[in-house]
Amino acid sequence: MEFLSDIASLTNSTLRISTPLVFAAMAGIFAERSGVIDFSLEGKMLMAAFVAAVGSYFFGNPWAGLFMAIVACVSLSMLHGFASVTHKGDQVVSCVAINILIIGLTTALAAAWFGQAGLTPTLTDDQRFLEITLPFADALREVPIIGIIYSDILSGHYIFVYFAYISVPIVYWVVFKTSFGLRVRAVGENPSAVDTAGINVFTMRYKALAINGVLIAFAGAHLSTAVNANFFREMSAGRGYLALAAMIFGKWHPKTAVIACLLFGFTDALQIRLQGVELPTIGTIPVQLIQAVPYVLTVILLAGFVGKAIAPRAIGQPYIKER
Amino acid sequence: MSFALDKSKVPWWVSNLIVPLVNLTLALLVSGLFIFIAGENPYQAIKLIIYGSFGYVEGFAYTLYYTTNFIFTGLAFAVAFHCRLFNIGGEGQAYIGGLGVFLVAINFSFLPVPIIWILSIAGAFIFGAAWAFIPAYLQAKRGSHIVITTIMFNFIASSLMVYLLVDVIRDMKQMGPHTVALPKELWLPSFKDFAAFFGIKIRYSPLNASFLLAIAASLFVWFLVWKTKWGYEMRAVGHNTQAAIYAGISPYKNIIIAMLISGGLAGLLSINEVLGVHHKIVSGFPAGYGFTGIAVALMGRNHPIGIFPAAFLFGILYQGGSEVTFDMPNITRYMFVAVQGVIILFSGALENLFRPQIESFFVNKLNRQAKV
Repeated sequence: MEFLSDIASLTNSTLRISTPLVFAAMAGIFAERSGVIDFSLEGKMLMAAFVAAVGSYFFGNPWAGLFMAIVACVSLSMLHGFASVTHKGDQVVSCVAINILIIGLTTALAAAWFGQAGLTPTLTDDQRFLEITLPFADALREVPIIGIIYSDILSGHYIFVYFAYISVPIVYWVVFKTSFGLRVRAVGENPSAVDTAGINVFTMRYKALAINGVLIAFAGAHLSTAVNANFFREMSAGRGYLALAAMIFGKWHPKTAVIACLLFGFTDALQIRLQGVELPTIGTIPVQLIQAVPYVLTVILLAGFVGKAIAPRAIGQPYIKER
Repeated sequence: MSFALDKSKVPWWVSNLIVPLVNLTLALLVSGLFIFIAGENPYQAIKLIIYGSFGYVEGFAYTLYYTTNFIFTGLAFAVAFHCRLFNIGGEGQAYIGGLGVFLVAINFSFLPVPIIWILSIAGAFIFGAAWAFIPAYLQAKRGSHIVITTIMFNFIASSLMVYLLVDVIRDMKQMGPHTVALPKELWLPSFKDFAAFFGIKIRYSPLNASFLLAIAASLFVWFLVWKTKWGYEMRAVGHNTQAAIYAGISPYKNIIIAMLISGGLAGLLSINEVLGVHHKIVSGFPAGYGFTGIAVALMGRNHPIGIFPAAFLFGILYQGGSEVTFDMPNITRYMFVAVQGVIILFSGALENLFRPQIESFFVNKLNRQAKV
């Protein structure tokens, strides 16, 4: 029985830990499918975490924080678009600029406003999102198998966890089954053909970036107003990049990207589990080395042991209209 | 701007001097706004920055010490960028480079000091280059995006070094995560010794002979990129990979060589930090210099002649910035990280924001003068 409950708790943490990655990967799919590289997921996630924490603190309501995080992230996406779509600046440089700017700005403003080295004040329970117990979760707990799956794995998560996994089929539907999605993919593959068909390439890319901003805001809010009760310095800890790697590994497709995200989440959950645990024959693995596992995994996934990733063809290229 | 401007008519000083200065001014204006939002007076902050970086000998020496670091990391980013590679991993490469310096200095301590110095420089370069090799190889052979892999290698380097510093090479007599100090005769001559030689007394200064190494590295990069066949090939790959392949130039080889040199240059940062300042490996010594190198290189237009003043400017910002953080409680050093981001934005991604207007303004003006 202990083995089963171990598996249940590991699955439970995998779902929780993967949540910001799933949002970020979905956000990345929109941007990159439209032909705009988005390494700035990392910075936007951090910005969302900061703004959500500050917003929830001032308004006393986590939803207000989430709303402000969405506004902030969409603005950053628009800034990225302004530099790389309108002014045809280098997309990677724009992302690097946003990431460094946000690392500095969030910590500097947190210190200036709250006087604690890069921390925002701890949120009370009504200023943050709490775990949701699904209906009948307690009643069903004793039922074999279903009880474990429903009560111990599916129930008791933050609202963002449910949002994240619901967003996957929605993103799939929007990107692959609607005419809007077709246009997004088309501007990422062959913008001049789309232009010839009378669709504005720039507007399409801005729209895709706006959706990208909304999605990534959820990832940040999850970090600072649900899992943690405050913002701290560089709390996104590379998750934006991990999500991007997952998205590339998932070949810019929501279904496969979510699996890669879960793989990251699982490694991380396992990593936390193994800290300080004595393993047979190997002994205790030093904490620092275990913590590096998700990053090593990212490199391995990117190295692509399952064939070469094929990016949207027009990715990273600013669209220049012929005159 | 619907008409195309003849690029050849634009004088060099407009595109290489006026436009970057306008972009820098914009970036500083936005940064001033941040300081205002943080609740301090931007004008006072600028006065403090200038006093802190120029106002007294020690302050100016600190400015040049930071400049040294930024020259190394700026050159590192620039070399890779000429091959269109974004080496964001300067931070990790410098960290691992420190390991190279330390291992050489400890294991070859029986040799004469100048030879140890030369071997240490080689050690820093080789270890930094080695850390850049895997991302380079994966980019060249597998197309794994170098931005993600080098960032991941920063995280991995950090974990690895903390592990080594805590469990393997830590000075076991001390609590902090750092190694034992290197023997005193190995320390690079510092500016303090140099000034004392001329009878000037200075309390403390981190500035040391690495500054000269940074200038040598700038010359080396200039020669390598613009005066050698390899530099030409590398720039060709960066400019137009397809054309380079037609010309018989191997993109794989050039991607890997460019990254090795880039990583090696980033590794040299540790000569300044390990051999010149701390005289041991201190946890987290690259302290963001690797990232600042990106801003330095973009502002300096990836040319050693531009990188030097850009590195100096960031030296001023860093040293002056620490003066600001002393006097203004609401400003932390992270404010200057944000300033870097703004500078990268305006001199990198948004560099074309006003370029067409500025260039056509000057071309029209010169045309009118020519007619008169």
